[in-house]
Amino acid sequence: MISVSGLSKSFTLHTQGGAVLSVLQNASLTVAPGECVALTGESGSGKSTLMRILYGNYLAGGGRVVIGGTDLTRAAPHRIISLRRETLGYVSQFLRVVPRVPAVEVVAEPLLALGVDEAAALDRARRLLTRLRVPEPLWSLSPTTFSGGEQQRVNIARGFAHAYPVLLLDEPTASLDAVNRDTVLQLIEEAKTGGAAIVGIFHDAAARARVADREVDVSQFTPRTS
Amino acid sequence: MTPILQVGGLTKRYGRHIGCLDVGFRLFPGEVMGVVGESGSGKSTLLSCLAGLLTPDAGEVIFDTRAEGPRDTLTMSDPERRMLGRTDWAFVHQNPRDGLRMRVSAGGNVGERLMAVGAKRYGTIRSAAEDWLSRVEIDVSRIDDRPAAFSGGMQQRLQIARNLVSGPRLVFMDEPTGGLDVSVQARLLDLLRGLVRRMGLSAIVVTHDLAVVRLLADRIMVMKDGRVVETGLADQVLDDPQHAYTQLLVSSVLQV
Repeated sequence: MISVSGLSKSFTLHTQGGAVLSVLQNASLTVAPGECVALTGESGSGKSTLMRILYGNYLAGGGRVVIGGTDLTRAAPHRIISLRRETLGYVSQFLRVVPRVPAVEVVAEPLLALGVDEAAALDRARRLLTRLRVPEPLWSLSPTTFSGGEQQRVNIARGFAHAYPVLLLDEPTASLDAVNRDTVLQLIEEAKTGGAAIVGIFHDAAARARVADREVDVSQFTPRTS
Repeated sequence: MTPILQVGGLTKRYGRHIGCLDVGFRLFPGEVMGVVGESGSGKSTLLSCLAGLLTPDAGEVIFDTRAEGPRDTLTMSDPERRMLGRTDWAFVHQNPRDGLRMRVSAGGNVGERLMAVGAKRYGTIRSAAEDWLSRVEIDVSRIDDRPAAFSGGMQQRLQIARNLVSGPRLVFMDEPTGGLDVSVQARLLDLLRGLVRRMGLSAIVVTHDLAVVRLLADRIMVMKDGRVVETGLADQVLDDPQHAYTQLLVSSVLQV
């Protein structure tokens, strides 16, 4: 489902005298359906950069990034948009929400975008919010005022609302208590059973050991400075 | 999939000064494209050329019409283009006064556009106007008030109702949240997002506000001195800008 080869990435900082930061060189990664791969490597090794490239959020400098048959390095924007709608999900560490939109709609939105009937989408959203123990009185409120942990659970519910065949998880269990952490790991296990190809960053070693089938150390892709 | 709008080589000069130069892009049904850049970058000139409000010096603007498929709107007759402007297109101006008739009631403003496309029965027009006022969160009891009695945010919502009542497929927006308080902006953005999604609209939104494009747009086109300097997915252009000018724009936004 995911096939990355010969990937490189550098950042040119035009506002800072044109400094060039080279982050990834000749990176490769393959993830099969039903498999979960954990990215490891110290802070600054390029884990998040690689994740963002897999989502099309950062532009690849060179190489191929094929997700569900689409090469992100060549695809037109509208192809990446439909890939994100149907195939490619991403749970980031931070929830970015529109003010005023109630939590339950934030969670249901990916389903509504797919054309799922509104009642069914809201029903699925409520079930996920219940599983993740977001108190019911909060469902009709905008998550902008929620605590960090509550926002993160809304974010996870949104990420799991649609059964994406490819799922990217950036620290999904950060800032969660033990019970909710367990629920998130269950959701990941269910997605794997459902055939999702998953790439994750987990600083939580026990969580990583439980859900990841393999680890890929991203520091092997760090360009050698000569 | 046929693009709803296909633009090539679009150029407009004001004497020796460049309005926009050799602009080209394709917009697909349901897509929202943000056009960003500073004042004077040519983004409003471009929008006016696309919407038929200004005649470009060169280029083509091919719109996928309902009846006859893709046609160049620049070579159409004026009446044909005006008809598109009343039916398939909508234009939301920055200043609601440019898009509303200030001496006509709120209901009249919405109904007038329906009458322009052939609606005749008073009852039908009135109930469509009521429906649209409530969709844009204007109390239906205000239907007979003139827009002059409305706040800026309400006027802007009324302008949106007037534009969308005829079921357009392509909406042009020029700084739709400009000049409004931030709290009013958020409400308007939320409303626009919902309407765009539910009606499956395609839209081109010109703004200098990067927060607006992040919330509203799927794609971004960055303009400088009349030229397109960068295009891409909205979040990609904002999070990993490639061009020096885009990097400057993104890094100049104050974080709150």
